[in-house]
Amino acid sequence: MELPMRNPSNGKAGWLSWHAFAVFGFLYLPIVTLIVYSFNGSGVGGFPPRNLTLDWYRILFADDAIWTSVLNSVIVALVAMAISLAFGIPAALALDRANFPGKALFRRLVLLPLILPGIITGLSLLMLFREGDIKLSLTTIVLGHGTALISVATTEVFAGLQKLDRAQEEASLDLGANYWQTFWRVTIPNLRLSIIGAALLIFTLSMDEIAVSFFLIGRDNTLPLEIWGRLRRGITPEINAISSIIFVFSLIAIVMWYRLRREGRTEIAAELVEAAAQGD
Amino acid sequence: MFSRAYRAAITVPPLLWVAVFLLVPYALLFCYSFWSVSSTQMIVHSWTLDNYRDLWRVNVYWQTLFRSMWIAARVMIFSLLLGYPLAYYLSFHAGPRKDLFYQLVIIPLWVSYLVRAYAWKTILGSDGVLNTLLQYVHLTKHPLEFLLYSPFAVVLTLTHIYTPFTFLPIYASLEHIPRNLVEASHDLGASPIQTFWRVILPLSIPGVLAGATFAFVLSLGDFLAPLLLGGPSGIMISNIVVSLFGAAYNWPLGAAISLCMLLLVLALLFLSENLEKKWSFR
Repeated sequence: MELPMRNPSNGKAGWLSWHAFAVFGFLYLPIVTLIVYSFNGSGVGGFPPRNLTLDWYRILFADDAIWTSVLNSVIVALVAMAISLAFGIPAALALDRANFPGKALFRRLVLLPLILPGIITGLSLLMLFREGDIKLSLTTIVLGHGTALISVATTEVFAGLQKLDRAQEEASLDLGANYWQTFWRVTIPNLRLSIIGAALLIFTLSMDEIAVSFFLIGRDNTLPLEIWGRLRRGITPEINAISSIIFVFSLIAIVMWYRLRREGRTEIAAELVEAAAQGD
Repeated sequence: MFSRAYRAAITVPPLLWVAVFLLVPYALLFCYSFWSVSSTQMIVHSWTLDNYRDLWRVNVYWQTLFRSMWIAARVMIFSLLLGYPLAYYLSFHAGPRKDLFYQLVIIPLWVSYLVRAYAWKTILGSDGVLNTLLQYVHLTKHPLEFLLYSPFAVVLTLTHIYTPFTFLPIYASLEHIPRNLVEASHDLGASPIQTFWRVILPLSIPGVLAGATFAFVLSLGDFLAPLLLGGPSGIMISNIVVSLFGAAYNWPLGAAISLCMLLLVLALLFLSENLEKKWSFR
């Protein structure tokens, strides 16, 4: 946006741009360090980096435990995504167009996992599974992620619904389509971008999630928990290598997300943070 | 326009799911906090106030809770100090580079929490990147030990993680300020500093509150950064809960602490929401 200020104070802007520069330095320093040291032959520390090598990547690619955990994480993220969307889309529709007792409570409850520290969600579910005599496994992690991330699906789809023209659905019903047909042929296609955006976000958040998984883990590790286990045993640049690869995949997700945004979506992450912080 | 059946179909399934996987678990957290553990390490399902009596009597719980709040408060303040001027710069001074800068703030949000905490560990360690750099340029002779395994490391890492979270709502609220208000303030003779204090800052308070709440609440409940970087002096309240659910095996006491934390968080959310409403009706 253009500056409407008549007398932009250059001194202040100068101070501010230095501050901005410093904040960006602070935000990117760890990420750059991480990537640089994934090529460092002599361990995770030590300045300057020495003996540049691809060995850590070679070790990583031969490391079956890591790749098993990556596969686990992908499966968990995909199923969690399906659950969150399957319940989050109707939840958004319900908040938009149905009235029922406890609606305000329901809305707050759905959004709560987004703003609560993960430990509370994780522990509560752990107690549920214990009381229900359910053995911890990847399934319990899927249930945890699926439940916590309904909030993301609901927020996104609800935002999409506010821009939806109801006349189209009305026309569809008037022309003889039933609710089921109208839902699949009119409502869902119109919400396409919100749903894809939510799916992308849910997938990424689930891949990274550790606080809830920490309590619900059975025998099989997800990627973050596998990394966590290794951090406690002693660290090698192999962890930098897998982290750098995750970073590259996250960047790809961001690029895809911006493509969506250019197609007319507004800010997903920003909306989400605001919605979470404001409880609606 | 929507039939009863349609409304039931969109309402009942999510309602049931949320009841089973959110409402019941929170209720169980509440119940557990009034139960106890037997000498044979079984959960005794009879009601008692013992856990709360323990909480009241044992100082270490209170001390840790206050330390956690102090750490969370510092994270909140530093995130605001970093996030607010950045948001202000982007909104009012960045010009055509605004979009690029915005994306640069967002990218770290997508980098895994664990990866970022780990990166700080490799930087701050006694033979980490920072200490070896300082020795390399002969600024110090010996590694600075306070950098890692200290509350400092926890605050630094959590600030790194929550600054973008704090930035986003502030930026959104600055972007929503009608620019003609700023212009009017200038036209009526206010200096840029007066305009900032009397027009821009008050109008951005809802964003500040949202960002601050986010940073405080999420840092308060964190247990991974303290485990990884905090050392004994950086233990937070959630670490006690984790050990009560693990080796110490006292789930009911852990549940009681978690419930206190939950109530504290809900109270803060309620407070911040009401303050936000108050400020947005100006």
